[in-house]
Amino acid sequence: MPNGNGQTKGDQEMTKLTDISVSRRALLAAGATGAAVLAMPNVLRAQDRTLKVGAYGGYFKDSFDKNVFPEFTKATGIAVESVAEPTGEAWLVQLQQAANAGEAPADVSMISQTSMLKGQATELWAPLDAAKIKNIDALIPTFINKYPDGRIAGIGAVAWYVTLVSNTDVYKEAPTSWAFLWDKSNADKLGLMALVSNSFLLEVTAKTFFGGTKALDTEEGILKAFDKLAELKGNVRLWYRDEAQFEQALKSGEIPMGQYYHDVTGLAIADGFHVRSTFPKEGGILDSGCWALSKASKKVEEAHLFIDFMSQPSIQALVTRKVGTAPTVKRSLTDLTDAEFAAASSEIEPIIPRYDMQVQKADWLSEKWTELIVG
Amino acid sequence: MRREPARGLVQHLPVIFPGLMLTIFFIVPFGTMVAVSFFRRQQGGFYVPDFVLANYARFLTPFFGNVLVFSLYLAIAVAVVSLVIAVPFTYLIARSRRQTQVIWLVALLSILSLSEVIIGFAWSTLLSRTAGITNLLVWLGLMGAPQALVPSFEAVLTGMVYQAMPYAVLVLYPSMVRLDPTLTEAARTLGASPLKAFFTVVLPALRTTLIATLIMAFIFALGSYLLPQILGRPSHWTLSVLITDQALYQSNMPFAAAMAVFLVLVSLALVALTMFAGKKLEA
Repeated sequence: MPNGNGQTKGDQEMTKLTDISVSRRALLAAGATGAAVLAMPNVLRAQDRTLKVGAYGGYFKDSFDKNVFPEFTKATGIAVESVAEPTGEAWLVQLQQAANAGEAPADVSMISQTSMLKGQATELWAPLDAAKIKNIDALIPTFINKYPDGRIAGIGAVAWYVTLVSNTDVYKEAPTSWAFLWDKSNADKLGLMALVSNSFLLEVTAKTFFGGTKALDTEEGILKAFDKLAELKGNVRLWYRDEAQFEQALKSGEIPMGQYYHDVTGLAIADGFHVRSTFPKEGGILDSGCWALSKASKKVEEAHLFIDFMSQPSIQALVTRKVGTAPTVKRSLTDLTDAEFAAASSEIEPIIPRYDMQVQKADWLSEKWTELIVG
Repeated sequence: MRREPARGLVQHLPVIFPGLMLTIFFIVPFGTMVAVSFFRRQQGGFYVPDFVLANYARFLTPFFGNVLVFSLYLAIAVAVVSLVIAVPFTYLIARSRRQTQVIWLVALLSILSLSEVIIGFAWSTLLSRTAGITNLLVWLGLMGAPQALVPSFEAVLTGMVYQAMPYAVLVLYPSMVRLDPTLTEAARTLGASPLKAFFTVVLPALRTTLIATLIMAFIFALGSYLLPQILGRPSHWTLSVLITDQALYQSNMPFAAAMAVFLVLVSLALVALTMFAGKKLEA
């Protein structure tokens, strides 16, 4: 199909060019362009109807490119041009600055919960029309991200767990609690995430030692959690921003324990590395990403089709099987087996990050946090 | 050989182009950064144009002061170590056969094609316990058990010197090659040992180049933010790392801009001081 299409377009161009008198040089150049167009059928097809979709670069993007986006193109004829987006807030900043200039580096992007809230503050997300998303009822309600006035800002794309991971050669027995991170025997052995807004260690500390994340309601409670975290510092060898850095060290046993993504650890296990991911008794950290549409995007129609497609229980089950993330639709609607569900999720009540605190006290928290780990 | 000062538009043209490029690609972005550093931060959002000093006030704390001092200390250490290694190295290259020179220079230039990320990861593997050079020492019977040499200050310094060295050599090389060999010959004839001739004749003759190399390596090291993260502990993070955190992860552009402006001012002051000291020495 795309090839045939390409041929006609290329031929038309050639005919048009030969009709008007052109220099030999220009004709040669046009011929070269025509040949290049024929050689790249994907680009041609992409000119018909496309949607630029941002997904976290690396493993996430690769899996979606391979397993999920082609299904969408097959079903709707809309080509997906995937864009590798950095984790953290870098992408939010880029989207915001581009939107101010009327540009959208991606139409739909996978956006973290804190970034969703920050983007809401500047109306960065184009409100979504629930009527155009048939599968909206299938979603678990907490995965529908709304503006304070009730407009829909984003729809849950994937959910993932951050768990306690360890190297099985170094730790013969799996740890059972987050409290083990504080154990004296772990001096200089841990790898933890470097930012207060992605490690969610305040929440972990509150749930493990102070009875739940409600303990973080007051500044006093937060400071108590910081004090408890300070005791952990001597055990930490690496505060990482870059996932690959920790993953490599965990696999080799250089840094034998820490917090990491449950899905990626599962892949490492499948590849034969001696690592394990444990849901501690206090629960894994459940974080999630939304599909959100930039206000600068002109592909509103395509974006709704895309988000609706991604919210189908069958596609969510596919994502869980192929990418290893937890579904954002109700489990009962999917055909996931117990084993498949357990590989991506857990029945233990998760630790849900305090996104409200993370956003409202962002500057204060990051300052205290930096002073804690650097000072 | 006196040159007439340029007159009229045509004679000024060769200067106008670089001037224009400098304005577009340096002065305008820097101006924007200075402006943003006075904007008001909206927590949970971005920033609005304003004129507030809060961003500067925020890092006038002992904590950021310490980070700044450490960053400067690290950059100076990198510059000095690079120079100490690069000077004798370049001197030896410059005096060797042409073919040898080419091989060394190509090898050095190839380091420049490596990205900071690759350099960081390579060194972190080389210095690791599981795959690092200490395994080699254990195999040779010089060490009891393999050890992790990373993360540490020495690892950060090693990685950054490795990165800055080629630049230092490239700045030194032309002057070293052009250095009049009769100078050292004269010194030798007058009874100076090769080492003494190097220190009393070669180095003073190259004073300006040495200072230029030092300044370049210093500025280069001051902007480094990846290697301190990959090879160091949080206490080895430079101000550049914190600027990145604020700009990219906290989306606090005004605060990041204020820190960056401050860093630029401090480094300009240090460069001016070095040049002033250099002039004094010359006088």
